[in-house]
Amino acid sequence: MERYYRPEDLQKFDEIGKEAPELANKFFDYYNAVFEEGELTEREKALIALAVAHTVQCPYCIDAFTQACLEKGSNPAEMTEAVHVATAIRGGASLVHGVQMRTVAEKLSM
Amino acid sequence: MGQFSLERAGEGSGQGIMDIDPFHLTLSKHGFELKREVATTLQINVGFLCNQACRHCHLNAGPGRNESMSSETMDEVVSYARRCNFETIDITGGAPELNPNLGNLIRKVSALAPKIMLRSNLTALYDGKRDRLIDILKGHRVAIVASFPSLNESQVDSQRGSGVFHASLTALKELNKAGYGQEDSGLELNLVSNPTGAFLPPSQTQTEKRFRDVLERKWGIVFSNVFNLANAPLGRFWHWLLHSGNEEKYMKKLVSCFNPSTIEGLMCKTFVSVSWDGFLFDCDFNLATGLFMGGVERHVSEMPGPPEPGNSIEVADHCYACTAGAGFSCAGAIEH
Repeated sequence: MERYYRPEDLQKFDEIGKEAPELANKFFDYYNAVFEEGELTEREKALIALAVAHTVQCPYCIDAFTQACLEKGSNPAEMTEAVHVATAIRGGASLVHGVQMRTVAEKLSM
Repeated sequence: MGQFSLERAGEGSGQGIMDIDPFHLTLSKHGFELKREVATTLQINVGFLCNQACRHCHLNAGPGRNESMSSETMDEVVSYARRCNFETIDITGGAPELNPNLGNLIRKVSALAPKIMLRSNLTALYDGKRDRLIDILKGHRVAIVASFPSLNESQVDSQRGSGVFHASLTALKELNKAGYGQEDSGLELNLVSNPTGAFLPPSQTQTEKRFRDVLERKWGIVFSNVFNLANAPLGRFWHWLLHSGNEEKYMKKLVSCFNPSTIEGLMCKTFVSVSWDGFLFDCDFNLATGLFMGGVERHVSEMPGPPEPGNSIEVADHCYACTAGAGFSCAGAIEH
């Protein structure tokens, strides 16, 4: 395999249903329902998805939800802020574990 | 599979051909044939001269263009409108404000149709030289359809030119002061939002809700409606698609989003578009490509009346821009 990630593979996502169609159908039905307008707008959901895509660092998701955000009416400033939210939570999650480190260190230290 | 070429996009070189189904084939696959219905709207394109050179413009309008409708051609268009009883007369450009005869045209056509619309880029309307024109627009209850693609400065300026975002906000505030967009004023102010890149527009209902909230909260601006339009792969926008390497992805997106239920509401069925020099087209996009109504170069002065219902409509691959997703007409999304 030349590259692990190929942009054209994103278009083949539904091929995952060839081996286990019932599970795939359940997943895609759920997936599509999640992104329909509910208490949150489709635009807001796409921004959340974009932030999460950066957290899970999935290039397919980043590609798909960058386009989705633009098509739902978000602008690059809003999208950049969403990525900062993801970054803050990721960074915060690391930093807050520093408390655990300090607790362990304190117990071991004089 | 068919081919979409630069020639079809009005660029003329014939290079960069890509494989997509031609629009007419997609129509026939779905059992459609585009036929004219009773014509309700006359769109008058008074010229390609514009004070802006927007990157999504399908007509390549700009400051360097000198095509402008003469008063003689205007009189021929007015006579045609008198022969036809249109419901709406829709004046566009370029920047129609830059045609010195625009005021006279409005005065003459205002008695000929219940609704008169002027498409404005806002900056030409408030360039400091149009006080008399604004009085005429108000006096004749002309609806203003203003380009305002985004609530974001960098997106607007990137599409329309540096400083346009703030100039547009100033113009919208002035229009509000003049009564435009205010409830019960009878002065309609509609905003047109085209995507600021190679992607499709959002839901029109959602855009309108958001624009209403943000424009009023941040700048105290009110308006009547938002119309979302997809960018047609023609003119300067096509050129930008090519240079940014987005042409194939964008065309394939339009083709993959073909929505058969948009066909019934397509504007070209009830539309007559007349160019600055008086020739007739099924729509402004066909005007941009020189695709004459009925395939015949016919002048407005030679038309005895509205085009016959049942006549075929000229189509090309740029028509995919009007049938993608929710579909798009000059009055925004076809499906809400």
